[in-house]
Amino acid sequence: MNAIYILWLRELKRYFRSRSRMIGSLGQPLLFLLALGFGLGPIFQKAGQGSYFQFLGPGVICMSILFTAIFSGIQVIWDKQFGFLKETLVAPIPRLHIMLGKTLGGATIATFQGIVVFFLAVLFGFRPELTLLPLTVLYMLLVAVFFTGLGITIASLLEDINGFQIIMNFLVQPLFFLSGALFPLNNLPKAISIVTSFDPLTYGVDGIRGTLIGVSHFGLMLDFITLVVLTLCVLTIGAYFFSKIQI
Amino acid sequence: MNDTIVQVTGLTKKFKDFTAVDNITFSVPKGEIFAFLGPNGAGKTTTIKMLTTLLLPTSGTILVNGHNAVTDQHDVRKSFGIVFQDPSLEDELTTYENMEFHGVLYSIPKEERKIRIKSLLTFVELWDRKDSLVKTFSGGMKRRLEIARGLLHHPKIFFLDEPTQGLDPQTRNHIWSYLKNLSSKEGITIFFTTHYLEEAQEYADRIAIMDHGHIVTEGTLKTLLKQTKKATLEEAFLSLTGNDIREESASGIDALRRHRQMRGR
Repeated sequence: MNAIYILWLRELKRYFRSRSRMIGSLGQPLLFLLALGFGLGPIFQKAGQGSYFQFLGPGVICMSILFTAIFSGIQVIWDKQFGFLKETLVAPIPRLHIMLGKTLGGATIATFQGIVVFFLAVLFGFRPELTLLPLTVLYMLLVAVFFTGLGITIASLLEDINGFQIIMNFLVQPLFFLSGALFPLNNLPKAISIVTSFDPLTYGVDGIRGTLIGVSHFGLMLDFITLVVLTLCVLTIGAYFFSKIQI
Repeated sequence: MNDTIVQVTGLTKKFKDFTAVDNITFSVPKGEIFAFLGPNGAGKTTTIKMLTTLLLPTSGTILVNGHNAVTDQHDVRKSFGIVFQDPSLEDELTTYENMEFHGVLYSIPKEERKIRIKSLLTFVELWDRKDSLVKTFSGGMKRRLEIARGLLHHPKIFFLDEPTQGLDPQTRNHIWSYLKNLSSKEGITIFFTTHYLEEAQEYADRIAIMDHGHIVTEGTLKTLLKQTKKATLEEAFLSLTGNDIREESASGIDALRRHRQMRGR
């Protein structure tokens, strides 16, 4: 148990000590929020869908969680060779604890990053309903744990960083763009509609949007159950592959 | 049997169609300084990885401090300390925090941890830098810290994979005086690899030379020199392993190393 805690703490210390990384990772969400939010706002309004900025806010929050979470998971590739991870792999502690400590650490950071983006959005005019805010944080945490776990799983399977770009282009970007973070899910072409419903991030976006602006496509309950089930699956699979890591 | 700390029997490691370690058998007596030498690609690091439970052998048995490295990993892990070839410190943490983390991972009680950290950091002369972030350290300082960290949980055997690589002669001497001191005072077994043969010649009680996955020879410096009829370990080494330069294909790890250098990590 102490090992899980100390590994969690290590992730947090790393994060809060490298401010440039923290600030740098706010650039992309901010750009999406401002450029798309204000750029597409008038068209969205004309189409009778209301405020795009309100719609987009939760999507961009999810985006920052997705990228932060996956990156901190994938960090394990470097860590295997040069970082502190190797030191933990030879320590007399169960691999499961290492995996959990890292996942929870990465997820905490990703959630924190999501909260920062939330406040940035509010600063630029995002007006959420505040009654379900604790639930919002819960959904954020679920999304964060899922994607950190996914990142660690992938990193456990990859031998070196050569596959990294492929993962970014063929997994992380599609996860984001096909999640309904940027567009409403109703009245989509059939094919796209099916694809979005297989994207785990869709349910995170939907849940967070549901709690923040009261618009949910699948309903909060379905979002919640889907996320919990997926998270448990990814943690189980991730723990298995992580325990098999050989260097 | 009670006097050996490492007992390796018929150890083999295959990667697909390549045999990195081929049926090696050797043992390391307790309390000795043991040099594990060989050209690049000989299988040294692969062997150390198997001894330290990071890699599973294809066949053969390994006993470290009497525990089996495959079936009894937990007890093996408690028995050894290690300094890896590549630094494994957390750069964003301070000296003290790195030590503290290690202490928690090895379940050392808090009070004992404090005392031990202080004495070890004093030993490697880093106590006055205990609150500095590791990323501000030179290569030699990092090595010293890794040595202190590896000793925190009172290991019976200390593995060092090229501990002095890339360090200047002053720092190398410094590090060796710690290790020598440790071995004579605390009776810890030291198992190291190096490309600086004069280090092995000067400090090792026993030397094993590995090449192409085999142990070519093993014994004291004296017996090695006698066996090869050479005057220095370097000449003996070359006569046993030949003068060919070894070609290693660039592996994923090399790509990572390059990447890391570019990022300045």
